[in-house]
Amino acid sequence: MKFDRSARRKLWSHTMTVLAGLCALVALIPLASVIYQAAVLGGPVLSVDFLTANPPSPCSPVVGQPPCAVGGIGSAIQGTLILVGLATAISVPIGLAAAVFAVEYRGRFLGLAISFTADVLTGVPSIIAGVFIYTYFVIYYPVIVFSALTGALALSVIMIPIVTRTCEEALRTVPHSLREAALALGIPKWRTTLQIVVVTALPAVLTGILLSVMRAAGEAAPLLFTAFGSRLGFQGFNNPINALPLLIYNFAESPYKNWISLAWGAALILIILILIASVLSRLVVNRMVRRMRGG
Amino acid sequence: MEGAKMQVEGLSAYYGKTKAISEISVGFPEGKVSAIIGPSGCGKSTLIRCLNRMHETLPRTRVEGRILLDGEDILQLDPVGVRRRVGMVFQKPNPFVTMSIFDNVSVALRFAGRHSRDEIDRAVVRSLQQAALWDEVKDRVDAPAVSLSGGQQQRLCIARALAAEPEVLLMDEPCSALDPVATAKIEVLVDELKSHYTVIIVTHNMQQAARVADYTAFLYLGKLIEVGPTESLFERPKERLTEQYITGRFG
Repeated sequence: MKFDRSARRKLWSHTMTVLAGLCALVALIPLASVIYQAAVLGGPVLSVDFLTANPPSPCSPVVGQPPCAVGGIGSAIQGTLILVGLATAISVPIGLAAAVFAVEYRGRFLGLAISFTADVLTGVPSIIAGVFIYTYFVIYYPVIVFSALTGALALSVIMIPIVTRTCEEALRTVPHSLREAALALGIPKWRTTLQIVVVTALPAVLTGILLSVMRAAGEAAPLLFTAFGSRLGFQGFNNPINALPLLIYNFAESPYKNWISLAWGAALILIILILIASVLSRLVVNRMVRRMRGG
Repeated sequence: MEGAKMQVEGLSAYYGKTKAISEISVGFPEGKVSAIIGPSGCGKSTLIRCLNRMHETLPRTRVEGRILLDGEDILQLDPVGVRRRVGMVFQKPNPFVTMSIFDNVSVALRFAGRHSRDEIDRAVVRSLQQAALWDEVKDRVDAPAVSLSGGQQQRLCIARALAAEPEVLLMDEPCSALDPVATAKIEVLVDELKSHYTVIIVTHNMQQAARVADYTAFLYLGKLIEVGPTESLFERPKERLTEQYITGRFG
C-alpha cells in the first residue's frame, strides 16, 4: 500500500486549524459573557441623570414606601477622570524618562537597574501599591491619607513601571541606524534621542501609555486605602474622591438594591469608556503610522 | 602627505580588548576621492568611522593615535562639531522614517536653528541637485522619505549629509544595498562631488574603487598594507598581499 504523506499532512493541518479556531472561540466566551452580563444588568439603569447625578442613600424597595432614589455615578466618573489624569501626568514623564535612560544609555548600571526594577514592579500586586502609599502618608502626612492626591500616587505606582517597560520596548524598535544617521549629521545626542528616536517610536510610546491608562482606570485595589471613595463630587485634591472601580467594589457587595444596580451600571460605563479610549487611540496611532509610512 | 585634508597618524581602534585596526597612518588628499579596500573584517569600516568619531559611539570602544583635519587633531575636539565638518553616508540607506524628503535633507540645518527659512529652502534644493535627486523629487519634496526607492533613499542620505555643508564626505560602502543601476548613479555622483568635497569611500568592490577613486588604500587584518594612486596600486602593486587580493586570490 502506498502511504500518502501529503494527504496525511493536509489532514493534520486541517485538524489543527479547526482546533485553533475552537480555542479562539473558547477564549472569547469569558469576554463576551462579561460584556453581556454588564449590558443586561447595567443597561436598564443608564440615563443622562445616571451619568451626572451623585450616588443616592442606600435603599431597598419596601412595599408601601416611596420607591428608592436611583441616583447616578457622576462623582465616580468625575473622580476616575481626575485620578487617572493626575496619575498620567505624574507617570508619563517619569516612565518615559526612565525608558529613555535605560535604552539610550544601556550598559550603564543604572540603565540595567531601571529595566530590572520596572520588570519586577510590573508584577507587584496592585493592592501593594495602595498599601505602600497609605503607609507612607499615615506616617508622614496623616491629614491627607485619604485623598485624590494619594489615590493618584497609588495609581502612578501601577502606571510608572508599565509606561517604562512599554516605552523601553518602543524605543528599542527604533533601528540603531537612525541614531547613527542623526549623530553623524552633528546632531547632539539629547536632540537625537528626543527628536529622532522618541518621535520615531511615538505611535508605540502612545500605545504603551494608553495601556497603562486603561489599567489604572480599572484598578480598585490601589484606591481602597487612598482615594477611599466618596458619594460627593470633587472636593479638592486633599479630600477623598470617588472612582468607578471603587464604586463598583463598594456598592456591589452592599445589601441595598439601588446601590447594586448602580454598581452594574458603573461596570457597563467603565467597559464602554475603556472601549472608546482603546478604539480612539488605535485610530489616532494608525493615522500617525500611515502618515509616517506614507501609505 | 602633502595637501592632505585628513591625515591619520598611528591610529589604532578597539572594540573592548579586540584591536580592529592597528597603527594606521594614511593621508586623504583634498578635493580627491580616496578609496579604502580590503576583505571583510579588515577594519575598513572601523577606520572610516574613526574619521568622524562615530566609532566611539558604540559601547566599550577606544581610539589611539591622531586624526588631523586641516592639521588639527579631531580627537581633541568636540565630536558634534567634528561631525558637522565630516559628513557620512552609511551602507544601508537610513532616512528618518517619520520625516518628509524636505525635512530629511534640512534636518541638520533646522536643528542647528541658525538658518532662515529661505536659506534652508536653498540648501535643500542645492543638496538634492548635488545628489542628483532633485529632478526625481522636485514635485513631491513633502512626500515621506520612505516612499522613495532604495537607490533614491541612498541619494537622499547623500543630500542630507551635503546639506550640512561638510568639508569631508565619508561613504561606508554606499552601494552595498543597491542594484547596479542605482550603483552607477552613485558612482557618477561621487565623481562630481570631489570638486566640492574631499571624499573617502569604503568599498568591498575593487572595480568600484578602480572606477571612482584617485587614491586607494588597501587594508588587511587591521593593518594598512599599501596606499597610492589608484592606477598604480591596481596595475603595479608593490606588496605581494595587494597583488594577491586584487587578482582575487583571497578576500
